[in-house]
Amino acid sequence: MTLSAASPSINPLKALAQLSWPWRVTFIYLLFMLLLPLTALVLRASTVEPGEFWRIATDPVAVSTYEVTFGTALIAALINGVLGTLAAWVLVRYRFPFQKGLEGLIDLPFALPTAVAGLTLATVYSDNGWIGSLLAPLGIRISFTRLGVGVAMLFISFSFVVRTVQPVLQEIEKEVEEAAWSLGASRWQTFWKVLLPQLMTAILTGVALGFSRAVGEYGSIVIIASSIPFRDLISAVLVIQRLEQYDYTGATVIGTVLLLISLVSLIAINLLQAWGRRHEA
Amino acid sequence: MKLERHSQTGILPPSQPERPTPSQGAWVQWVLIGIVLVYIALLLGIPAVNIFYQAFKDGISPFFETLIQPDFVSALWLTVLTALIVVPLNTFFGIYAALAIAHKKFRGRTFLLSLIDLPFSISPVVAGLMFVLIFGRQGWLGDWLQAWNIQVIFAFPGIVMVTAFITIPFVAREVLPVLEEAGTDQEEAAKTLGANPWQIFWRVTLPNIRWGLLYGVILTNARAMGEFGAVAVVSGNIIGRTQTLPLFVEDAYKSYATPSAYGAAVLLSLLALVTIFAKEVLERRTSFR
Repeated sequence: MTLSAASPSINPLKALAQLSWPWRVTFIYLLFMLLLPLTALVLRASTVEPGEFWRIATDPVAVSTYEVTFGTALIAALINGVLGTLAAWVLVRYRFPFQKGLEGLIDLPFALPTAVAGLTLATVYSDNGWIGSLLAPLGIRISFTRLGVGVAMLFISFSFVVRTVQPVLQEIEKEVEEAAWSLGASRWQTFWKVLLPQLMTAILTGVALGFSRAVGEYGSIVIIASSIPFRDLISAVLVIQRLEQYDYTGATVIGTVLLLISLVSLIAINLLQAWGRRHEA
Repeated sequence: MKLERHSQTGILPPSQPERPTPSQGAWVQWVLIGIVLVYIALLLGIPAVNIFYQAFKDGISPFFETLIQPDFVSALWLTVLTALIVVPLNTFFGIYAALAIAHKKFRGRTFLLSLIDLPFSISPVVAGLMFVLIFGRQGWLGDWLQAWNIQVIFAFPGIVMVTAFITIPFVAREVLPVLEEAGTDQEEAAKTLGANPWQIFWRVTLPNIRWGLLYGVILTNARAMGEFGAVAVVSGNIIGRTQTLPLFVEDAYKSYATPSAYGAAVLLSLLALVTIFAKEVLERRTSFR
C-alpha cells in the first residue's frame, strides 16, 4: 500500500517525528487501515449527485430492505432487552444446575462464526428441522422467511444484553433490595422502583449494541433467509447484490446509509454510557 | 462486539445465607430459571448440538471425507494463512495503541477510542465495500493496479486487508484496561533503576498485560478465522483459490452438499469452543492476580 497519506493539518511529517513510537504506529496504522477506507466510501458517495443519491436511497427495494433490516433488528433487540435482562438476573441471583455451561453458551454468538450460526439455525428452524417441524403444522415457517431473519438477529444480539447487564447487576448491593423489602415493598415493587432504574442504562446500552450488531449482520442472515425483495431481503445483502451487478454507485449509496445508521447508534451508545457513568454512585 | 470481562464470575459467594425475603415462594425463582433455560435452549443450545449431530449422524466417515476434499483443504489453508498474517499485525498494533493511550489524558481521547472501536459497529459488508472502492477495478487505484498487474480484490491481499480491518479493536481493547489497572509505578521504578525502554517492556509491562493480551489475541484469531461478510465482498469466492472456510460452509450448503457444510462447520465450532474455554480460564487468571 503505497498511497500518499491524506494529510492532517500542519506539516504532518514534522508532527509525526515529534511523537513517540507507540503514537506513530497507532496513527499510521489507523490512517491506512481505517481512515483511508472510510474516506474512500465517503468520497465516492459524495460524487453521487444529491438528487440521484436520494433516488437510489429511497428506491422501493431499498426502502423495503431498511424496513426488514431495522424493523426486525429493533424487535429482536427489544425482545432480548427483556429476556437478556432476565437471563442476567437468573445467572447472578440464583444457583441452579448447569449454570457454568449456560455461561459458556451465552458467549457462543461472540465466538461462533456467523456462517456456522446461519447454517445450523437454518437447519433447526427449517420445516423438517428439530424446532421448525414442530411449528410447521401450526403454519409457522421460520427458515427462508422474515421470521428467520428475526431468529438470526435474536441469536446475534442476545449476548450483548446479558453481558452488559450482568456486571451492573453484580455491583448492585443486595442490601438495597433487603431494605426495600423490610420497608414492606413487594418483590414487584422492589423490582420496578429499586432495581430497574439502576439497570436501565445498562439494558438500553445492551439493546443498542445488539441492535447495531443485528443491523450490520450478514453471514447468518444470508443463509437463513431467501433474500427475496419486499419479503426478507436485508440491506447488507442488497449491497452485495448491487456489487455483483457492478452497480458500484448503488452499493455505495446503500452502504453509506448503513454506515450512517451505525455511526448514529455508536454515538447513542457512547452517550448512554456517559450518562450511565454520571448517574453512578 | 464487546466481550465484557466480569471479574466476579470466578468468586461466587458459596451459597446464599438466610436473608429476609418477601413471602412469595421459591416457585417464582424456578419459573424464571425455566423461561431462561427454554429460551437459551431454543436459541443457542439446540442449534449448537445440531452442528455436531448433523456432522456425525451418519457416522464419522462423511466428516473425514470432507476433511480430504481438495476444496476444503485449500479453504482451510487460506483461512489459516490469513489468520497467520492478520493476528500478529493487529497484536502489534493493539499493544502499541494501548501503550500510546494508557495513563494519558488528552483532548480527543474518547474520539480516538471510538475510532479504534469503529470496526465493531460497521457492517462487515460495508467494510468490504470500502476496500472494493479503493482497490476494485472501478476503484481509486483500479487503473494503477491493473497497469502493474496487481490483483487485490478477488485475491489474497484483499482478504487479508478486510480481515485486518474487522479485527482492529480486539487486542487494543483487551490490553488497555489491564495497562490502566496496573498503573505506572513499576515502569517508573524500572526506569529509575536504569532499565531501557525495551527492557521495561519485556520485563515489566509484558508480564503485567500477558493474560489480557492473550485473550485479545484469541478473540482476534476467532474473528479472523470466522469472518464472513467482509471476506465475501472482496474474495469473489473462487473455489480452491479465494474461498475461506466460512465461505466454504455457505457454498457447500447452498449447493446442497450439506455433509461438507457441516464437516467444515464442526471445525469452526471447535475453534469457538476453544475460544470460550480460553475466556473462562483467562478470566479466572485476571481476577485472581
